[in-house]
Amino acid sequence: MTPPSRTTARETKLRVQGVNKVFTRDGKSVNVLEDIDLEIRDGEFVCLLGPSGCGKSTLLNIVAGFTPPTSGQVYIDGEPVTGPDPRRIFVFQERGVFPWLTVEGNIGFGLFRLPPKEKARRIAHYVKLVGLSGFEQAYPAELSGGMKQRLEVARALAVNPDMLFLDEPFGALDSITRLLMRSELLRIWEAEKKTILFVTHDIEESVQLADRVVVMSARPAKIQRVVEIDIPHPRDISSPRYLKLRDGIFEEIGLAHKV
Amino acid sequence: MLAWDILIRWSPGGLLPRPWEVVQGLTELAQKGLLFKYIVASLFRVTWGYVAAAVLAIPFGLMLGWHRRGELALNPLIQILRPISPLAWIPISILWFGVGDVAALFLIFMASFLPLTVTAMNAVKNILPTHLNAGRNFGLSPAQIVLKVIYPSVMPQLIAGLRITLGIAWLVVVAAEMIAVNSGLGFLIIDARNAGNRYDLVVAGMVMIGLIGLVLDLGMRRLEKLKSLRWGYASE
Repeated sequence: MTPPSRTTARETKLRVQGVNKVFTRDGKSVNVLEDIDLEIRDGEFVCLLGPSGCGKSTLLNIVAGFTPPTSGQVYIDGEPVTGPDPRRIFVFQERGVFPWLTVEGNIGFGLFRLPPKEKARRIAHYVKLVGLSGFEQAYPAELSGGMKQRLEVARALAVNPDMLFLDEPFGALDSITRLLMRSELLRIWEAEKKTILFVTHDIEESVQLADRVVVMSARPAKIQRVVEIDIPHPRDISSPRYLKLRDGIFEEIGLAHKV
Repeated sequence: MLAWDILIRWSPGGLLPRPWEVVQGLTELAQKGLLFKYIVASLFRVTWGYVAAAVLAIPFGLMLGWHRRGELALNPLIQILRPISPLAWIPISILWFGVGDVAALFLIFMASFLPLTVTAMNAVKNILPTHLNAGRNFGLSPAQIVLKVIYPSVMPQLIAGLRITLGIAWLVVVAAEMIAVNSGLGFLIIDARNAGNRYDLVVAGMVMIGLIGLVLDLGMRRLEKLKSLRWGYASE
């Protein structure tokens, strides 16, 4: 079991302070996010969990700097976020890779400031890391859904960011590929020591992956509860502790155990 | 070919040429040096009218697509002008530019400009926001976004539009040459008829127009097949 002292000793990486978001559509304003306060420590893996359309993706877009909050502020390393930054890379739900670039071209996309030799070395490293060896010259249209998603993760990792924002990255994959992708992501996370903020509507996924699960309510989204998942990786998904935490979240969201 | 030959043999009047006569007509034109001269003249007009239209219409259309207000302001005008056949501009082009090359170029320009503007405008609207966001996320400057995200995003649609428009331009050049100038394949056709009902030369001109149109289209299709541009037609 991970001793809690290890995580609490780490410094704050991300601080969301009093964030509200109001969208105006056809003259009507809709409250999407209400008073969000959240802190994430360096190297932590946090899942934002909530029903579809609750505003968790909006929160992720605000944290990533793509959308400004209506009020409140996001700080990363103590500095306010004013826009997207290559130190923090966003991995999109689907169709995030560039279809006109090969696997190599995609992974090298963010490496335009590097000398060619270093660039080639990094591309080779991440092609291997995400298991796309042999597909260096392939275009995304020639890859499977899971490969495309791994490619996008590789493109993100290649610029050596200290944070990754993932927006339901495995949502469009079949359930077997999804399981494989989760363990791949955990392997990469442990190898590369990134801080990860991961949006999902899948309770099992959040309990399998995260150090902490931030449970969000339906719109307007508030943070309902934060659940610490104190099970070391690799997690046994039939252990009593896992089932207890999972069921706790099911109850928190108000779902029965029967289908 | 055989059907053509038989039909002509049976038809009354005897004005229409048989295939062999058309080949002879082509040879005659080639020997006089007219064939080559007229082909170059037609291609010259198409190239300049079309290239000028592309150079202006593509950036213009991209701007319109990018700035929603520009599109809202100009789209009604574009939609009214678009169904007007380029040939309807013939009188005005002669009024403005007189009979000559400029009038013909203007017609080809008019025929190419609006379709290309609309293509570019629509291509911009199909750029995925995730691609733009990814570009910004990796720290690209606005100029780099244009070069590395917007340009490759719009290319497949632009190339398709360019191919179709080149076909239109090639149709229009023939009409323009019949009226406004005294060289080119269109002129060849109308001149052959006027100067003594030389229908062998008329059909020879038509054959050349068809062949060159085909070659132009094949050339554009080759562009579409480039892998880095072809993504737009793939399973994505």
